[in-house]
Amino acid sequence: MEKTLYTITVFSENTVGLLGQITIIFTRRALNIETLSVSPSAIKGIHKFTITLFTTQDVVEKVVKQIDKRIDILKSYYNTDDDLVHQEIALYKIATDNLLQQGSIEELIRKYHIRVLEMNADFVVLQKAGHYAETQQMFEELSETVGVLQFIRSGRVAITKSKVERLSDMLEGIKKYQN
Amino acid sequence: MHEGVDTIFGYPGGAIMPTFDALYDYDKKVNHILTRHEQGATHAAQGYARVSGKVGVCLVTSGPAATNAITGIADAMLDSTPMVVITGQVGAALLGTDAFQEIDVVGISQPITKWAYQIRRAEDIAWAVARAFYIARSGRPGPVVLDITKNAQFQEIDFIYEPCTFIRSYIPTPEINPSQIELAAEIINSAKKPFALVGQGVVLSNAEAELKEFLEKADIPAAWTLLGASAMDTDFSLNKGFLGMHGNVGPNIMTNQCDVLIAIGMRFDDRVTGDLNHYAKQAKIVHLDIDSAELNKNVKADAPVHGSAKDTLPAISALLKPAKHTDWIAEFKQHDDREFEKVIDREVYPTSGEITMGEVIYKISEATGNKAVVVTDVGQHQMMATRYSKFSQTRSLITSGGLGTMGFGIPAAMGAKMGAPERTVIMFSGDGGFQMTIQELGTIMQEQIGVKMIILNNHFLGMVRQWQEMFFEERYSFTKMQNPDFVAIAKAYKIDGQNVSERSELDAAIADMLKDDKPYLLVVDVEMKGMVYPMMPAGAAVDNILLGE
Repeated sequence: MEKTLYTITVFSENTVGLLGQITIIFTRRALNIETLSVSPSAIKGIHKFTITLFTTQDVVEKVVKQIDKRIDILKSYYNTDDDLVHQEIALYKIATDNLLQQGSIEELIRKYHIRVLEMNADFVVLQKAGHYAETQQMFEELSETVGVLQFIRSGRVAITKSKVERLSDMLEGIKKYQN
Repeated sequence: MHEGVDTIFGYPGGAIMPTFDALYDYDKKVNHILTRHEQGATHAAQGYARVSGKVGVCLVTSGPAATNAITGIADAMLDSTPMVVITGQVGAALLGTDAFQEIDVVGISQPITKWAYQIRRAEDIAWAVARAFYIARSGRPGPVVLDITKNAQFQEIDFIYEPCTFIRSYIPTPEINPSQIELAAEIINSAKKPFALVGQGVVLSNAEAELKEFLEKADIPAAWTLLGASAMDTDFSLNKGFLGMHGNVGPNIMTNQCDVLIAIGMRFDDRVTGDLNHYAKQAKIVHLDIDSAELNKNVKADAPVHGSAKDTLPAISALLKPAKHTDWIAEFKQHDDREFEKVIDREVYPTSGEITMGEVIYKISEATGNKAVVVTDVGQHQMMATRYSKFSQTRSLITSGGLGTMGFGIPAAMGAKMGAPERTVIMFSGDGGFQMTIQELGTIMQEQIGVKMIILNNHFLGMVRQWQEMFFEERYSFTKMQNPDFVAIAKAYKIDGQNVSERSELDAAIADMLKDDKPYLLVVDVEMKGMVYPMMPAGAAVDNILLGE
């Protein structure tokens, strides 16, 4: 069956061991997590996980329900790229000599929309934000031309294009259960 | 105490000693049962919970005690049994250092619990215990593990206990959705050949009466899963029997004949469905479940209904048009007749040859007026006990369904008797499973728990032997057992019993067993090559049923 890249978003209480509870669900179904990013959300005390994986809609639906079922998970849902504005960030370490021999740094900056985070006699650290394909393409091109000493890419962060903030809706919705 | 706990099954040890020391002063209020193994404590708590509907409680120490408890915790998870297991843990300062009897209990138990939490300071005990009981018993019930470090047990604090009634990230019983109810009712009203599948959800939500009303109003025949057994009385006219691998022929065949299939509080386990590609493809599926992760998990529902059966059944019933499906219901009979002729007659009413499991079970069911709590171990006898016991009240079959844990029988029966002391508790086991938790005879002796234990002894691991005969060319690899003198072992534990190998002795032996409320062991030598039929082979279609010769 055709596999698609899905982005799962999970809002949770900030409790010890939650990541383990979530990853167990992937492990049991032998699913590989492509990227994972965890950080505090806009609401104090609530954490947000963004997980991407290649799978089918049938499987992602079941996985999301099983995540949602864990006690300390507030809300879990999935999207495809069409529904999302998403971004990853990549860092590239390049030997300064090589970069200078290659020619203009200005050209590089204009071509890739990159930032220079650090520059010294030994190496330069470049930063590029973009989709996977964009950061990957730059990595491949730099590897061929100037060589890349180190390369690291973050997990995806994403926000939905819909007007509704699902977490606040959900928090509103559960008030009726509290008495 | 604040949660109304009056019975605890446990086993003391180093890291839980401060708690046991405190328990010493409460021996009049809390009945602590000292089992002989922590696995026994967990199964006993399960038996107690399943029969009473209350939360079963276990109290054990750290390390090996916690790992011994894991089997029962996993069993409770798969069978949705409310249970709180409290494990001791090394002092907080020693956590993560591989200290003596330290094990990562929360890490190990997370995949097999509804919630697992480590308490490292006394201030958190009241909060965590309240939350644990709330989570264990609410919604789809399940086991909770609380791992309490030794320092937290020693600290003295002002104890303020507030019961937990709300967790914002957890909505145990969702409000029902009227459009789901309407769609379900519309589909059921349009059905010519409706068929209902009854699972444990009905029992867990105490919706037996609501189920009966629902079925009677629209005249819907119904069958039950292993854990849904006894939700309907055996003699209820719309009760068409047991589903699945060793279930009755009618319900399995009719699953692929009906036009609307209504699943109530059940999860389409593979032992019920067989090959999903050939499962009820002709039917519209209505699926009622409290756990939304079960909806569309194994079988895609045309009308998923999220909610407790206690709420959803009456809501749907209110929209149902009274109906009669006399001809459709009559179609079950031909299958019942065929099953009686090919299987039941030989199994339950033999007149010659060796004793069969079915006849023992049937005789005991009759002798108890079909009122006993039947507890089983796992294997051939389990399927036979489910098939041939009759039930006249709910919560009457306590068995390990999802995990299929051999060794469940003896301790679960102890717990069941503690949870329903006024009822007769009959425990069927095989010669294999009995020896997996045989040490609990010590608990039965010490507490004088009046369970009636029956070993259906075929000197084999019978279910595996059956599969070897059917699917492995009769290569009986390590299934033959040389057994001890079980009655002599029982007598060493001061438990009365006898061994029966002749049909003519059976009635008298059963009468002797049931004459009082004391523990008793009846060992019956049954036919060695007995087979459980009907059988839907693993992975076969639900209507592909073998009936034997």
